[in-house]
Amino acid sequence: MAAPADGGARGTISLEVFRYRPPEEQHPTFQTYEVPYREDWVVLDALNHIKDYIDGTLTYRWSCRMGVCGSCGMMVNGEPKLTCSAFLRNYYPRKIRVEPLVNFPVLRDLVINMDDFMDKLREVKAWLIPKDEKPISEGEYLQTPGQLAQYKQFSMCINCMLCYAACPVYGMEPRFVGPAAIALAQRYNLDSRDGGRDERAEVISSSEGVWECTFVGECSVVCPKHVDPAGAIQQAKLANTLDWYQSLLLPRGGKR
Amino acid sequence: MSHGDYPAKYEGYRRPRRSSWWMEKKSYTLFLLRELTAVFVGLYAIFWLIVIYLAMGDQTSFAISVGSFLSSPVSIILHLVILVAVLYHTITWFSLLPKVMVIWRGEEKLHPAMLVGANWVGWVVVTGAVTLLAAMYLRGG
Repeated sequence: MAAPADGGARGTISLEVFRYRPPEEQHPTFQTYEVPYREDWVVLDALNHIKDYIDGTLTYRWSCRMGVCGSCGMMVNGEPKLTCSAFLRNYYPRKIRVEPLVNFPVLRDLVINMDDFMDKLREVKAWLIPKDEKPISEGEYLQTPGQLAQYKQFSMCINCMLCYAACPVYGMEPRFVGPAAIALAQRYNLDSRDGGRDERAEVISSSEGVWECTFVGECSVVCPKHVDPAGAIQQAKLANTLDWYQSLLLPRGGKR
Repeated sequence: MSHGDYPAKYEGYRRPRRSSWWMEKKSYTLFLLRELTAVFVGLYAIFWLIVIYLAMGDQTSFAISVGSFLSSPVSIILHLVILVAVLYHTITWFSLLPKVMVIWRGEEKLHPAMLVGANWVGWVVVTGAVTLLAAMYLRGG
């Protein structure tokens, strides 16, 4: 086994890592590792060091290591973070506790089951449903920069699920559609090329949709891409309310 | 209290949820306090409805019962607590408006402070009007 690559490291830092190893273990445990401390390292670097040099059995997700893929979301000292963006120097010399994202079932070690979120993306139809279908031969669907600006912020979501870990409502009511799914539904509802608003309305305006949200606001605080899902949900509440009044006062008229 | 109500179809270990969740993060505690202020606002509104109802009845017994209560130390302390609650309620409520209502000017959003400011201007106008009406009534009566 190669020597630990800690040349130039100033001391070490402790990582207390959540371990869960079914079927041998019924319950999770914590395992503490000493990793080299480097000024430029992030928690992901520490986890990779553990996996490469100390304990190859540690299981976790990661990919781009630059905050754009959304794979490496975990709880770092109780806060949902992308481990590729959590610098060791912000915690040193205190111990760092790494746990899987809360509010999701744990499959193994730091890996959570994200199927509920994937199902919700399908439920809200988080894809473009063109308003007027046209064949490829007729060219692109055109959009002005002003029209793009309407939904651009909500399109920055990287599906990292930190917002679901931060949301106490989702923690208590797993049927809540949740911040990212609703923000993505809004992204398409506000897209000038999209005509699927009515199709999405049943899920979005249900009691497990926007109306489950009590505007705690933590989702927007933890979002690494500044999507502001809380804002998306409140805007959807207003739009849903106006639609409801419209359907009440003009039952046959005024389709948006 | 556990996360056991997470749908069974999703495989994996469910970590137990503590009922003290709202104490574990400052933002959660502030959120819960914000929600509780609605109770103070509601109860105080009911209190004033009762006072108005009593005020329409016998003036002497009204002055004795309600008047003496309102000037008692208990009432002063209660009012101070309610003032803090209603202020927190109002400040947080006014600050939420820019999140709900987005006004576009071309490719940019109207600055959130404009909407929050508009709320406070509205509050000043309404408070001023109510104070003026009360002063006119007291001077005339």
